[in-house]
Amino acid sequence: MTKTGFIPVFLYEITKIFHIKHRGEDMEKNKYKDIVEKYTPKEDRTSHGLKAFLIGGLMGVLGQFLLDLYAYLFHIPTTEAAPFMIITLIFFASLFTALGFFDKWVAWAQAGLIIPITGFAHSMMSAALEYRKEGFVTGIGANMFKLAGTVIIFGVVSAYVFGFIRLILFGG
Amino acid sequence: METMLYKNVYLNEVSTIAGPYEKKGPLGSYFDKTYDEFYFHKKTWEQAESKLIEESIDLVLRKLNKTRFDIDVHIGGDLLNQIVASNYAASRLKIPFLGIYSACATSMEGMIIGANLVEAKLVKNCLVTTSSHNNAAEKQFRYPVEYGAVKKKTTTFTVTGGTCAYLSREKSMIKIDSATIGTVEDMGEKDVMNMGAVMTPAAASTIYKHLKNTKRDISYYDLILTGDLGMYGEKMLKEFMEVEYRLKLKNYKDAGTMIYDLDNQPVFAGGSGPACAPLVAFSYVLEQMKKKEFKHVLVVATGALFSPTMTNQKLSIPSIAHAISLEVVQ
Repeated sequence: MTKTGFIPVFLYEITKIFHIKHRGEDMEKNKYKDIVEKYTPKEDRTSHGLKAFLIGGLMGVLGQFLLDLYAYLFHIPTTEAAPFMIITLIFFASLFTALGFFDKWVAWAQAGLIIPITGFAHSMMSAALEYRKEGFVTGIGANMFKLAGTVIIFGVVSAYVFGFIRLILFGG
Repeated sequence: METMLYKNVYLNEVSTIAGPYEKKGPLGSYFDKTYDEFYFHKKTWEQAESKLIEESIDLVLRKLNKTRFDIDVHIGGDLLNQIVASNYAASRLKIPFLGIYSACATSMEGMIIGANLVEAKLVKNCLVTTSSHNNAAEKQFRYPVEYGAVKKKTTTFTVTGGTCAYLSREKSMIKIDSATIGTVEDMGEKDVMNMGAVMTPAAASTIYKHLKNTKRDISYYDLILTGDLGMYGEKMLKEFMEVEYRLKLKNYKDAGTMIYDLDNQPVFAGGSGPACAPLVAFSYVLEQMKKKEFKHVLVVATGALFSPTMTNQKLSIPSIAHAISLEVVQ
């Protein structure tokens, strides 16, 4: 790494001007990458996946249960009961976030709670809580969609794209 | 010349204030003052961090029996954008102020600037402050605090704390013997959840240069303390020093692994943040130096010069490390 003497340093500087990559530099970086890799612990993908699968599945069961419950209680078809189910899940995810323990659940269950609607509510609520002291407009308004904004944008775009594909292939 | 030798700079007094997680850690009893929550009776985390700086200065002045009018210059920095915590504290204190930033290496950068001013007799004395706040840093650099972000095992946990050091030419037990200014290193690491890997090359190059320039052997130091590499970065540094510089590290410890109980606290790979290195160095390590357990200590504060904007532009994260050598004199 350290070069001494006038001529080697001079040559080194000249090659740098023309953005010539030094073989040594890459070697060094690769050598370092190996060390980093050696000591970086592996994440436990199997258990994470299994947890997410189980918790996500349970969330689905809970959603279905709520759906049937509302359909039974209010004597409405399940399609009309769906909004009530979604509102319930969003409400409790937001409430638990505000009470301060939902982040621990999410960090534990990971995708099991992030992928369902609870993750969406959690991301909005946590951002709103974070910025509430910076004003309604400049704080909450500007930052509430900090994490959820991406989901909305790409959700709409992909809905549009897949809608088109469905229209072309199956005629709507 | 990256290494400077000092003849007449002493570390006369320090103060350390820490938050709840540090209080529960193994060094909890060494801090001057600790808090049980994150707001410290302030409205927001940023204002709370600012309060840490003011309080740490107050503590030092009280210990020295001086007032703020006796201080020639205050050098300070922190992790927040526009170093707001330090700026707002300085605006209330009205001591001539130099604001600095090198991420988690800020503490030692401040000490080096201060020591140079004192050594050159440009000032009589100076105060060096550093602070960091876990929640304020999470909010700025990562996700909202209440968001249950999924974290890797290599993630570090930002320390909540504020430290202040008083440097002058008045003789005391702890002398600042030399310092090395680091170069910015970049080995192409991009993982923001693995800051230990980002900062290791900087720490290695600074330690190597310091030993080379002072012509000292590694065993000269009773303790080499890096700032916040964490438990995995510690191992990477040991191996990297051997491979790259053929130096076997001796008496080496990392402040990030000392400040927390890694097995029982939810801190992943250990502590990080500007206050991590000085909190450990000014509490536990100084105490040991006063007992003469350690005679020569090299504190290497390591900083990842990380900006979310630049990592989103797919650039790798540069890092820096500054070293200060402390010595017991009698």
